Amino acid sequence: MSAPAPSGALAIETVGMTKRFGGFTALDDVSMKIEAGGFHALLGENGAGKSTFVKCVMGFYPPSAGSVLIDGREAEITGPKGAQARGLGMVYQHFTLVPSLTGAENLVIGRADAPAILDWTAERAALADFMARMPFRLNLDRPVAELAAGEKQKLEIVKQLYLKARFLILDEPTSVLTPTEAEEVLGLLRGMADAGALTVLMISHKFREVEAFARSLSVLRRGRLVGGGAVGALSRDDMAAMMVGERTTRTIAARIGEPDRAREILRVEGLTATDVSGLRRIDVADLRVRAHEIVGIAGVSGNGQKELADVLGGQIRATGGRVAIQGEPYGGTRAESRRHRVRFIPEEPLRNACAPRMSVAENLAFRAFDRRGDDPDGPPTLWLDRRAMSRRAKDLIARFKVKTASSEAPIATLSGGNVQRAVLARELTDPVDLLIVVNPCFGLDFAAVAEIRSRIVAARNAGAAVLLISEDLDEILELSDRICVMSDGRLVYETPAAAAEAGVIGRHMAGHH
Amino acid sequence: MSDDLGLTTVLLAVIGGAIRVSTPFLFVSLGETITERSGRINLGLEGTLVFGAMSAYATAVMTGSPWAGVAVAGLAGGAFGGLHGFICRFPRVNDVAIGIALMLFGSGLAFFLGKPFIQPSAPPLPAIPFGFWSDLPQVQAALRVNVLFLAGAALALFLWWAFRNTKAGLIVRVVGDSAEAARAMGYDVDRVRLLATATGGVLAGIGGAYLSLYYPGSWNEGISSGQGLMAVALVIFARWNPLACFGAALLFGGAGALGPALQSVGISQGYYLFYAAPYVLTLALLIATSSPDRALTGAPGELSLK
Repeated sequence: MSAPAPSGALAIETVGMTKRFGGFTALDDVSMKIEAGGFHALLGENGAGKSTFVKCVMGFYPPSAGSVLIDGREAEITGPKGAQARGLGMVYQHFTLVPSLTGAENLVIGRADAPAILDWTAERAALADFMARMPFRLNLDRPVAELAAGEKQKLEIVKQLYLKARFLILDEPTSVLTPTEAEEVLGLLRGMADAGALTVLMISHKFREVEAFARSLSVLRRGRLVGGGAVGALSRDDMAAMMVGERTTRTIAARIGEPDRAREILRVEGLTATDVSGLRRIDVADLRVRAHEIVGIAGVSGNGQKELADVLGGQIRATGGRVAIQGEPYGGTRAESRRHRVRFIPEEPLRNACAPRMSVAENLAFRAFDRRGDDPDGPPTLWLDRRAMSRRAKDLIARFKVKTASSEAPIATLSGGNVQRAVLARELTDPVDLLIVVNPCFGLDFAAVAEIRSRIVAARNAGAAVLLISEDLDEILELSDRICVMSDGRLVYETPAAAAEAGVIGRHMAGHH
Repeated sequence: MSDDLGLTTVLLAVIGGAIRVSTPFLFVSLGETITERSGRINLGLEGTLVFGAMSAYATAVMTGSPWAGVAVAGLAGGAFGGLHGFICRFPRVNDVAIGIALMLFGSGLAFFLGKPFIQPSAPPLPAIPFGFWSDLPQVQAALRVNVLFLAGAALALFLWWAFRNTKAGLIVRVVGDSAEAARAMGYDVDRVRLLATATGGVLAGIGGAYLSLYYPGSWNEGISSGQGLMAVALVIFARWNPLACFGAALLFGGAGALGPALQSVGISQGYYLFYAAPYVLTLALLIATSSPDRALTGAPGELSLK
């Protein structure tokens, strides 16, 4: 089948959309109108109800009250399949492609009218024809698991267009794309919207993107629609003020003093490793981090940063090369990290640095529970000192302002920001020589971000060497003394932060070196 | 001289054994491949296999038709698979635990209901004598191929094709690899898994029918000796590929025939050790194909054995 162009954009309107989960109102009487061919941005902090809103529109949740109007007529959308049949499509923040299927298989099986027996010769011809109209090339014959994150994101968007979406919802579509890729993709969608083929609703945190591509916007806060209007009529300050409401945020502590050139803490030479799928290789020729210094590693997700972190954290084995800390070889064992005072804070701390169902106090004791008196410097002991653990936990909770019902509550009941605070409390209380931290602020709101970043800077000011691996370029630029760019498993660019230019870094992130 | 003949005899017996013994492995592993590709593990196939053997034998005794026995075994297997799939759709139910429960339940029920059928003899399934061209009785014996073996081989080929060329095959793979993606596409994950587990049960039941109606060709309580469980390991070793399942089933069948073959040529020392060959092979293959640094390739993403 040769897919004809989607037959016209849809106008979408919600009236009094409300969604309650038990006693909690996630979405409160939201009425929003997006004209056919519009490009509308939806702004809001984490937990503001953006995802709930779009999931109600897509029929994932039945709304508690309110309705959706498509082209002015009330439409009952009973589920994702019904939404697809009406020309509604959504690109999720997490990928919904099936990893072991090829791109072509993913596209064809997504189609509601896929035949019982697939004629791959004809399907391939139709796909080639369809892809010829896209502004980027994708290899559709490889399993999706082998694609880079950026390619997956493009494939997600291509899939919706292939399924003839006439109204497309994008949930933070550019978080895994390079700035150039983001422009390519959003430019294509804006063009289609302008041509009247597509209506777009984009959830975004990036003001620059909203200003460049959206035509109108709405802002949600705590489940309520608090404002909106045409892009251009609102300044960035207006938008930010609407998003966060009345609230003061802490500014980040400034870096004090210069890196200590004489004290090299971490040294990585010729390190090679392969991830568990065996597909992604890293080859880090030379990386040094000195005391009193933050080295930021920038890069688009999936370019080997995770593997580098896993090797340093002792989670995967290096296939070659050397990791040395203060001149001694380092393999990431508990004894070594204790001896060299290395602290590792992986990404998604609830999953990777905590035991979710154990209590906050127990999680806080992970580093020293096997030492007498829950004291990291104490001698080893067989018995847990519950009283010392609880005392220490209460002290840390107070000092790091962890919001929790009690020190005995399971850590999984805490919000993302408070989990991260608790992990930082555990890792940063005693003197630290090397801190390795990965995407520390991913998915956290403004206030938590500012606080956690200032803790990292404080550790540096106290003399620690910090290796900051982050996909958030702004974070890297803000915190680092020195910036490296990782692309395709290698460190391809290095610059002192003072001389860093976002454009140059972006180009290296995109693989143009 | 006698050594030479002995070697040939053993080789022929192993080939013949591979064909004869592999059929239940083949059916169970193909069934388990469908189930696991949909994202569930059904360890209960051992019980299904035993129950299939009993119900096929009993039906054949009572009706005089082995094919009726195969049909009843398939239906019974489907019912067991369906039960597994039905129970697993409830929240916080673990498919492995249910599988073990159903394994014990299936075997126990088969032993209970099968007591009266240990004595009577049932009509066997027909075989095709592909060895007609030879005068050697060993060759003729080795090449007597049962119809179910051929059906299994054809089924392996069909499944291999169907997993990539039919909508149903792709849907099973989608559900097994990413339930979230399947839901986003509007497929009912639990229903697909129920059907996949039931289909797997049907195949395991037919495998059981082969046990009691062809080889060894009688009903007793020790009939399966763990072949249903071995077949599950075999699926992992075959990396969820139906064609590889066929090869692996032949390999296991051949290994299983080694002990009896050595015994038949008069090796009386330590042949019991060779009875363990399939089990040793299972362990050796799993160790050889494992890696501390690599994830299992081809494993359906939703499977709980990663």
